[in-house]
Amino acid sequence: MAGRTLYEKIWDEHVLAGPGETPLLYVDLHLVHEVTSPQAFDGLRLNGRRVRRPERTLATADHNVPTDPPSVPVADPVSARQLEALSENCEEFGITLFPRGHANQGIVHVIGPELGVSQPGSVIVCGDSHTSTHGAFGALAFGIGTSEVEHVLATQTLVQQKAKTMAVTVNGTLRPGVSAKDLVLGIVGRLGTGGGAGYVIEYRGEAVRALSMEGRMTVCNMSIEAGARAGLVAVDETTIDYLRGRPGVAEGEAFGAQAERWRRYVSDEDAVFDAELVLDASQVGPNVTWGTNPAQVVSLDGAVPGPADVAPDAREGLERALAYMGLTPGTRIRDIPLDVVFIGSCTNSRIEDLRVAGAVAAGRHVAPGVRALVVPGSHHVKAQAEAEGLDEIFRAAGFEWREPGCSMCLGMNPDQLAPGQRSASTSNRNFEGRQGRGGRTHLVSPGVAAASAISGHFAAPGDLT
Amino acid sequence: MVEGRALPLGRADVDTDQIIPSEWLKRVERTGFGRGLFSEWRDDPDFVLNRPEHAGATILVAGARFGTGSSREHAVWALMDYGFQAVIAPSFGDIFRNNSSKQGLVIVELDTASVDELNALIGEDPSRLVVVDVETRRVEVPDADWQRAFQLDDATRERLVNGWDDIGLTLRREDEISAYEVRHASPSWAGRVRA
Repeated sequence: MAGRTLYEKIWDEHVLAGPGETPLLYVDLHLVHEVTSPQAFDGLRLNGRRVRRPERTLATADHNVPTDPPSVPVADPVSARQLEALSENCEEFGITLFPRGHANQGIVHVIGPELGVSQPGSVIVCGDSHTSTHGAFGALAFGIGTSEVEHVLATQTLVQQKAKTMAVTVNGTLRPGVSAKDLVLGIVGRLGTGGGAGYVIEYRGEAVRALSMEGRMTVCNMSIEAGARAGLVAVDETTIDYLRGRPGVAEGEAFGAQAERWRRYVSDEDAVFDAELVLDASQVGPNVTWGTNPAQVVSLDGAVPGPADVAPDAREGLERALAYMGLTPGTRIRDIPLDVVFIGSCTNSRIEDLRVAGAVAAGRHVAPGVRALVVPGSHHVKAQAEAEGLDEIFRAAGFEWREPGCSMCLGMNPDQLAPGQRSASTSNRNFEGRQGRGGRTHLVSPGVAAASAISGHFAAPGDLT
Repeated sequence: MVEGRALPLGRADVDTDQIIPSEWLKRVERTGFGRGLFSEWRDDPDFVLNRPEHAGATILVAGARFGTGSSREHAVWALMDYGFQAVIAPSFGDIFRNNSSKQGLVIVELDTASVDELNALIGEDPSRLVVVDVETRRVEVPDADWQRAFQLDDATRERLVNGWDDIGLTLRREDEISAYEVRHASPSWAGRVRA
């Protein structure tokens, strides 16, 4: 019998299904935020149902919180009402909540890992498609809709059909200055927005093994941009070292036993995947999206593509995207001027991202006419960055240093693009209107974002004098 | 069974941010999202949803990869609140497909050539009756004698036909869930990571 993939191992450990029964998957950790939960809690109330496992549920406010200091009230009454509803629901159903201003508050996919609650071998769900982030820990983590949020709250399980498995193997070594973000943009560009549909992706190979946990989170985070609900990386010593000492893991000698259990969350050597994509890491360069979906990727060294550069069935989409983005084919990417730079989001708002951006910003200044924001992913990230003096570096360079939240990634709070404004953003989606109605988003790495803020147009850190 | 006019959206890669922009996600209600459906495109008077010949359509015909991106179930609520009961496209986002099945929005996957043919038929006569039959898993345009079969797994089909409450069904298996919980210890963080 062939060995099992990591996905199959986690599935087998969590599936409840008798003969002829619909498979149910047991959920170890359910993360909740203000946007996709209020209707689910209402559903529980209407049916007189309770939350089955409040101690396996953690909530935070992230999507629509303003990134002003917590002492500034939430100005938008609709957002304020939604944040209140989360507090009331968590209170009523006995769920731990990290509200705006709490030391543990932050983007839901940043706080799970940093608190040590996103653990290898677990099933983790959240009403948010970027739940795939937690797959970096060898956990099966995926986004769900509000009906499923209600189902998990009430039953601690989900009705699930088994997914197909895809290996994305990245051989070789990333070149200096090329980041996890560039790698995943390259992977999404290769797979397209639907290439991963129906699959769980396992990222493997030398270049993935060499990534830090934060880099692996960046890669797994954007699995959904290729259509895959979940991305996974097998457990190794990098995983164990990251988790050691975090609040949610076992202490002292008990941690050794816990880590030993976690080490089995790897695919067997003879496991067979349903599909495989193989990439050479040395061929990956700094990447930028030019269009309105995350697979519309081009090298920073390249130019805006035209109809001749894409397959015939992609031409209509290309022309629509170019019109929305206000771009002309053949324009060099480095010649495109910018209005806004956003460093943040569940893709790139962790301490390593801020260190990379801070190193670029140090001793320099944001170009005239550019608004640049840095939004740390959590209060813990913010505190760490401030301890390292990064906040001072950013402020001195003309960047805004803000409070944690999803912020301009999706523009639910006041941090938005104005119509026609163009941004370089470390977030995950360049959809039409994503960062504000009429806004034009280009996805980049933290290093490119910072260098572009300084230059006023797209640039790599190495371009700066 | 869904019967009615079909509206040819005709675009590929329509993500859930286009279906319902994030400004609509601040609401705590489950109703009233129809006004936000494709709201950034509806400012254009020529946008297909604004054309009188398509008023009252109940079936949306879209391009490939419809409903990718964000997990927001609000996209399904918006389509249904507007009046759509089925969406036909060459492919769909996984989470959107799942959310649709929970709400009773019928997802019909047809190959690109069939979707193009259907769009041509609607183009000829927007008032044409289109039928999506969940029981027989067929799409039909009766007056053009045009039919296509589509795939629909048994569980989703049963759920659509019977309007089952998934949570109620799962709670009937509570003994099984409790037995699983007895076999598996609580995680190391349970009860330790507190506000």
